Amino acid sequence: MDYVVEMVGIRKEFPGIVANDDITIRLKKGEIHALLGENGAGKSTLMSILFGMYQPDRGVIKVHGKEVRITNPNVANKLGIGMVHQHFKLVEPFTVTENIILGSETRKFYFGLDVKSAAKRVEELSKQYGLNVDPYAKIEDISVGMQQRVEILKMLYRDAEVLIFDEPTAVLTPQEIEDLQGIMRNLVNEGKSIILITHKLKEIKAVANRCTVIRRGKTIGTVEVADTSREAMAEMMVGRSVSFKVDKQEGRPGNAVLEIQSLTVKNSKKVDAVKSFSLNLHAGEIVGIAGVDGNGQSELVEAITGLLPIESGTVSLNGKALNGLSVRQRNESGISHIPEDRQKRGLVLDYTIEENLILEVYNRPPYSKNGLLKPEAIRKHAEHIIQSFDVRSGTGGRSIVRSMSGGNQQKAIIGREVERDPDLLIAVQPTRGLDVGSIEYIHRRLIEQRDKGKAVLLISLELDEVLNLSDRIAVINNGELVGIVNTSETNERELGLMMAGYQKEEAPHE
Amino acid sequence: MNNSVKSLVAVLFGLIAGALLMALTGHDPVEGYKYLIQGGLKNPERIGNTLATATPLILTGLSVAFAFRTGLFNIGAAGQMLFGGFCATAVGLSLELPRALLLLVMVLAGFIGGALWAVVPGFLKAKYNVHEVVSTIMMNWTAYWTVYYVIPAYFKGTSLETESRQLPADAMLHQQWLSDMFQGSYINFGFFIAVIAVLVVAFLINKTTLGYELKAVGFNRHASEYAGIAVKRSIVLSMFISGGLAGLAGVAQYAGNASSLQIGVMPSQGFDGIAVALLGINAPVGVFVSALFFGILYSGRGFMNAMTEIPPEIADSIIAIIIYFAATSILIERLYHKLKLRRAANKKQGE
Repeated sequence: MDYVVEMVGIRKEFPGIVANDDITIRLKKGEIHALLGENGAGKSTLMSILFGMYQPDRGVIKVHGKEVRITNPNVANKLGIGMVHQHFKLVEPFTVTENIILGSETRKFYFGLDVKSAAKRVEELSKQYGLNVDPYAKIEDISVGMQQRVEILKMLYRDAEVLIFDEPTAVLTPQEIEDLQGIMRNLVNEGKSIILITHKLKEIKAVANRCTVIRRGKTIGTVEVADTSREAMAEMMVGRSVSFKVDKQEGRPGNAVLEIQSLTVKNSKKVDAVKSFSLNLHAGEIVGIAGVDGNGQSELVEAITGLLPIESGTVSLNGKALNGLSVRQRNESGISHIPEDRQKRGLVLDYTIEENLILEVYNRPPYSKNGLLKPEAIRKHAEHIIQSFDVRSGTGGRSIVRSMSGGNQQKAIIGREVERDPDLLIAVQPTRGLDVGSIEYIHRRLIEQRDKGKAVLLISLELDEVLNLSDRIAVINNGELVGIVNTSETNERELGLMMAGYQKEEAPHE
Repeated sequence: MNNSVKSLVAVLFGLIAGALLMALTGHDPVEGYKYLIQGGLKNPERIGNTLATATPLILTGLSVAFAFRTGLFNIGAAGQMLFGGFCATAVGLSLELPRALLLLVMVLAGFIGGALWAVVPGFLKAKYNVHEVVSTIMMNWTAYWTVYYVIPAYFKGTSLETESRQLPADAMLHQQWLSDMFQGSYINFGFFIAVIAVLVVAFLINKTTLGYELKAVGFNRHASEYAGIAVKRSIVLSMFISGGLAGLAGVAQYAGNASSLQIGVMPSQGFDGIAVALLGINAPVGVFVSALFFGILYSGRGFMNAMTEIPPEIADSIIAIIIYFAATSILIERLYHKLKLRRAANKKQGE
């Protein structure tokens, strides 16, 4: 068989954990091969080994049937292996061409840079693979999707035969995702081979030929994507059956809980990040905010919770204005907040679970009295949340949070926020980076909150999540409200266009 | 690997290195250590002196450790100590009160003096994000020069230009019965102040909501903001307490171990406090123990020097080496893991 890249029986151990334990993956020429696994299953370690950043403890890597030792990324490049990183590595004020040739500049008379001929080559490549990139555009002026194409061009410019895509769709709008998938198909048609690292089954279904599933450092199997259902792949990945549909009754909205009126917020750079934004949220309803990352979602949430000052407009909770109140006053008046960045905002990583679970209430009875902490009550509180939210850790409530997995950290935060019994629950990216099993669980808990009559504001970059959970969806673009739609009356395509800034009516016709 | 074990290993390595140094310079390490330890602990008087030497170290160590625990690097314990001691001295030389009341006012003045000296960097950090390492060092020199000019101008001694008047007996922490108990040692009430401070800080850090808040801000400012803790207030308050503790060290030093304040001297205990805190893993009891250990080395080195040819600088070198090992405890940990792995491998081969 002519495999381009074979990794056979790879094992890699780090102090205390076996990251890869006998993983085998074989990439055929001209295929898109998905590498599917939960967080921590060992995908990144495996690809770092292929890219020469780690050495395997055991196992063989073959390129075109010949055994190779990849000691560093330069060797990988020479062997024709290129990686499109999740976080782009681009110099913002440089042009596309300058970024592409960085590190392998063509010289003219020893000193001069030969940008012109490089730009010509970039243009040719761009045309050949249908990338449609302007070689003279500056990185800071082009969209995220375009920047990703520049990363791809970088690899092509260096004659990479094998391209590794690491979670490439995390930063893209639905339309950009479709475009990217088109590009990937072009690449394989032109003879390249692709390894696609992802945990999104839908994307695998859309574009991949075969899929290797790994779980806890071991290869579970390699399947033909066309013959395998999503459910079957998810089961291979998680080790048990998973349901994708969120069971949910029709919502019964009550009184308005959160009223936002022409809210304007400046971000840390003193630029208007939220512009005259208005939204009402009722009891017993989930409203999702859909938008591409960085379009004002974070600032909107921070203005509601008091972490950023309100420039103009009003935010009120149960009819009472929140403007000017401190974070603590807002917490106490009935807001719970599952923050976007659980490790930065949501947790004190060096505190124990017990201590983290009283983060907002430590100063109130029964957790403290006259300025003294009450360990007994704190422990009971922690035990209760650990049990009812299935938070797993090494040594129960005494575990340092830093040592816990991301999913369990998130469950602890959700438990803490839900247990405070708020009127308004703000959930920002509640399932980011979590595996299918935890996602399912967290979605159920959020709907349960809605059914109990809470108002839930959901901010997520995953359009599927927004569509699955929300009763209504507000689309935000560049800090402005594009429109509000009922979930039952919309679809991914319409939302995608709105996320790109088209008003509902002016959506272009095909 | 437990943190306190790491500190003990660091101490052990420091002592071994000291022994090597003594051997290399042609002295007998066993004899050297014998006299070093005897010098610190031989009789009640020496024990008392060791405790008195350790007293300011306990307090500055506590000051630095408290700041560390709340996420701040207070490198200005020297200045805070100096200014706290200056305030206490000024009160002692100016006020005429019954002894108990006078001492109480002096201790308060020392605490508040040190605290104010640390609040300035705390405020700058909270309000303008000025790094406290820079501003506390600047405050050290501000204290140094303030004392340099104010002492000769207002509290000049009778004979010497470079130090303040002697404190009257009533304004000193020295107590005859205590001194008698330790057979004439200069141990004084300062030691009890230090012990009380250790207990209070331990309680504050571990049992109170205030400690919870201050530690949370130290660990993660963003999460504390999210939780509704007044982050800026917490930073200023942490510096206030940390500086106050250093100020108490000044009281213990200038109104206890000494009886006057010299100008032109930056108290070395301020910087030793960083080492004490490091070796004491920033825990109040750990600080207490490591300060006592430093106390033994400092008070024993003179005796070692008198009884042998070994230069007293060896004791300083040992302290320096211990600090290196404590600061690079990650290396000790790695060594430990390597040994463990090797042992496991040997075991396997043996089977």
